[in-house]
Amino acid sequence: MVRQRTLASALLRAGLFAILILFALYYLMPLFVMIATSLKSLEEIRSGSLLAMPRDVTFEPWAKAWTSACVGVQCDGLRPYILNSVVMVIPAVAISTALGALNGFALTKFRFRGSGTIFALLLLGCFIPFQVVLLPMARMLGLMGLAGTVPGLVLVHVVYGIAFTTLFFRNFFVGVSDSIVHAAKIDGAGFFGIFFRVMLPMSLPAIVVTVIWQFTQIWNDFLFGVAFTASVANPVTVALNNLVASSTGVKEYNVDMAAAIIAGLPTLLVYIFAGKYFIRGLSAGAVKG
Amino acid sequence: MKSLATAALAAVAFAGLSLPASAAGTVEVLHWWTSGGEAKAVGELKAMFEEQGGTWIDSPVAGGGGDAAMTALRARVVAGNPPTAVQLKGPGIQEWAEEGVLADLDEVASEEEWDALLPPVLAEIMKHDGEYVAAAVNIHRVDWLWANPELLAQVDAEVPTTWEEFNAVADKLKEAGVTPLAHGGQPWQDATIFEVVALGLGGADFYRKALVELDPDALSSDTMVQVFDQMRRLRGYVDDGFSGRDWNLATAMVMNGEAAFQIMGDWAKGEFLAAGKVPGEDFLCAPAPGNGYILNSDSFAFFDVEGEEKIEGQKVLASLIMSEEFQEIFNVAKGSIPARIGVPRDNFDDCAIKSMDDLAGATEANALVPSMAHEMAIPRSQRGEFLDLVTEHFNSDMSSQEAVDRLVEAIARAS
Amino acid sequence: MTAESRARAAEAGRRSWWAWVDDRLPRIVVAPSFAASVVFVYGFIAWTIYISFTRSGILPRYEIDGLHQYERLWDTPRWYVALENLFVFGGLFIVGCLAIGVTLAILLDQRIRTEGLIRTIYLYPMALSFIVTGTVWKWILNPGLGIEQLVQGWGFTGFEFDWLVDRDMAIYTVVIAGVWQSSGFVMALFLAGLRSIDDEIFKAAAIDGASLPRIYATIVLPAIRPVFLSALVVLAHLAIKSFDLVIALTGGGPGVATDLPATFMYAMAFQRSELGLAAASAVIMLITIFAIIIPYLYSELRGGRP
Repeated sequence: MVRQRTLASALLRAGLFAILILFALYYLMPLFVMIATSLKSLEEIRSGSLLAMPRDVTFEPWAKAWTSACVGVQCDGLRPYILNSVVMVIPAVAISTALGALNGFALTKFRFRGSGTIFALLLLGCFIPFQVVLLPMARMLGLMGLAGTVPGLVLVHVVYGIAFTTLFFRNFFVGVSDSIVHAAKIDGAGFFGIFFRVMLPMSLPAIVVTVIWQFTQIWNDFLFGVAFTASVANPVTVALNNLVASSTGVKEYNVDMAAAIIAGLPTLLVYIFAGKYFIRGLSAGAVKG
Repeated sequence: MKSLATAALAAVAFAGLSLPASAAGTVEVLHWWTSGGEAKAVGELKAMFEEQGGTWIDSPVAGGGGDAAMTALRARVVAGNPPTAVQLKGPGIQEWAEEGVLADLDEVASEEEWDALLPPVLAEIMKHDGEYVAAAVNIHRVDWLWANPELLAQVDAEVPTTWEEFNAVADKLKEAGVTPLAHGGQPWQDATIFEVVALGLGGADFYRKALVELDPDALSSDTMVQVFDQMRRLRGYVDDGFSGRDWNLATAMVMNGEAAFQIMGDWAKGEFLAAGKVPGEDFLCAPAPGNGYILNSDSFAFFDVEGEEKIEGQKVLASLIMSEEFQEIFNVAKGSIPARIGVPRDNFDDCAIKSMDDLAGATEANALVPSMAHEMAIPRSQRGEFLDLVTEHFNSDMSSQEAVDRLVEAIARAS
Repeated sequence: MTAESRARAAEAGRRSWWAWVDDRLPRIVVAPSFAASVVFVYGFIAWTIYISFTRSGILPRYEIDGLHQYERLWDTPRWYVALENLFVFGGLFIVGCLAIGVTLAILLDQRIRTEGLIRTIYLYPMALSFIVTGTVWKWILNPGLGIEQLVQGWGFTGFEFDWLVDRDMAIYTVVIAGVWQSSGFVMALFLAGLRSIDDEIFKAAAIDGASLPRIYATIVLPAIRPVFLSALVVLAHLAIKSFDLVIALTGGGPGVATDLPATFMYAMAFQRSELGLAAASAVIMLITIFAIIIPYLYSELRGGRP
């Protein structure tokens, strides 16, 4: 970066920091509210203000949210549902990422007729609102015998994730020089050979971006979860909704907030720890366009 | 040899007879009673069912009076694996029955003579084409007036019995700096007040013509204009923070002396009782101004499923729901009154007993009407239009005449 | 032929068969995804279009009824509110996220020491589900509980911030919450794009005497135009998905003031048992979306993209 050591430059930098801090507050405030509320007792919430620090910190809401909060008639907290989400998310992310990588490779390094059109058609799939496909998908799953099961939900997420994963990998591979592939072809390598031995090892940034994005989207999905699974197979988002959206009785805001944080913790942690790789992956061209 | 073989055969047959997998079958129940008194109440049903040897699979889907649950239900019916029993009410039951996906309960119903146990208005709702397809678990009264006696004493007022009296008391309260009406600005709450006013100002016949039969003449009548006038008046009696407020927070306002009245169904009583308040002392329950009884009822509808286990489970559950024992336990826990007659009154509180007496009286006087706001009277499509319009009127400065005109249009459009 | 030459010919045959398959592999590999897309995206869109011409109520019915549902749709005042909100919200959301994202990215690109921390702070909202976001913001924006109460508590008793319950302003609260959730991601996209620009360009321009803002405006931003495509795709997708956010934040209210076509469609299909009407609204919604996205995609993918 060009450096200019003048007063104007120092003021500019100070101004820069001020703006950044201001935005940081904007982004942090809700998180603060969530954490602070989850550590307060109910009386403190009723009597105090939203943005006040907890006077008497209590972890009881957390314990309750994890193991004993009532979701309907069962009072096992969120713990059993976290496992459901994990079992559902991992295959969905893995399969959709793998397919995206294969598609991206096939669509960019092999000029076959219609590859542009196919990509455009796949891309449009990003824009379909999920409520529109809810009922026909339910019918399909019923016909396939997958209604109400975890594999059924995995299928749904894979199908609707392909558009994005293909986009990410396609954009990434576009930035990879053709000559590498060409050289490999001359050496006699076939499609899968090139894919596994040349493309995949260098696509780590794209894989990271795709996995993070898919993980977030699928973990946080509510609509498909509520429509396509029944009770015990519910993902954690459905269980969370059951916990916080109950319409009668005393609303236990602290337990609700603790539960919301627990449900969101995996994705939060992913962004906190893998954020750096996410940016790196993006700069490596996964979404350069 | 022969006797041994016979004995062995008999032993096997006997063993086979006494070893069903679940004596009372298996049910998967979709509902949205996920908190507080409601969850406790449905837990009672589960316990009783399991006592009979049945297996209960719980499928709760919380949120918004069943919206998310209805989404899940539709997806499952379309996918071909409906739940065994679903918490459904009012015309919703008829809608599903029209699609031919409900199971027929007549075997149980005629055996136990449900016709004699339920008020006719309610029995009609539980039937389709003359046959029972659903079992009612309770009766809620919608048109209750909940009051804080201290605040009333402050302005030297009595509990009003007509809307004029109500307005007079409310004006006095306002002058004294007290919020007259605690209200939550959500469409269903606005509609609740609306139908209570409609019954109070127009009587049961008007209510039936306008809110159940959707007769355009009744909808465009002067009485309807008056109803909107009163709604406009009530708008002036609520506090500024009413928009979007949950109903139980409004109840808390009355409890804590921040507001004098709330117009809400008897589930509000549950809030008072849970906070340890005593009816008659800490809070007052009275019928809302008017002469009638607006009925709301929760029920379980049974879907057409396959498998001996499930069908058996449905029959046992239906019978259980209509039993005296269950109706007593459930309604004491939930705060409503039994749907059927013949349930002992000892464990019910004063407000509930008043409700039961009023129910009998209203049935006789033909003043018992199904709630529009709580989906007992008309299909969701028309109800939705009512709610949209009533809410808009309440939240804007639409004139009463304009409201009436738009109401007639909206209902015509939705039909 | 000798045994050897026969073997060689067989070998060549095998190899050419395999070569033929390998040649087709790209198409074979893409085929399942394409087929899935055809069935689960376009097939379902076709189904929705079909249903919009029927009188489906609680469950689908398959007798064609003509344009009845479309007539009803355009007779419904609530639909117009939803459409207007789509443009207001969609426009402000996309523009807001782009503006904030680009600005923050440029600011962060200035090599700050605490970049990692600040970047994480900007990015984490994306990790939360819309239900969580909507619930928390509902509190913060609630006049009696949140910001208004807080500022009044600080002594500014005249302060008002009741947008959440104001019919005209409520949609802007959805914008605030939505931008909060997604602008960090846009920032990440642009930051990545900026980082991939060669430093040489900056040095050359500085030597030529150009000021920093000018460099950004005339050189840098045009260079990262491709990032705008990805950002737009992501943002448009999120704007449509913000169904969850609206439901959690305002429930579509006050009244129906924050209704969007997506919530309208959902309400009609799943609350009102008006599947036909819902399908009609979905068709209009899809037409609108595609009308905007397709020309943009066409121009981006054709112009200079291989």
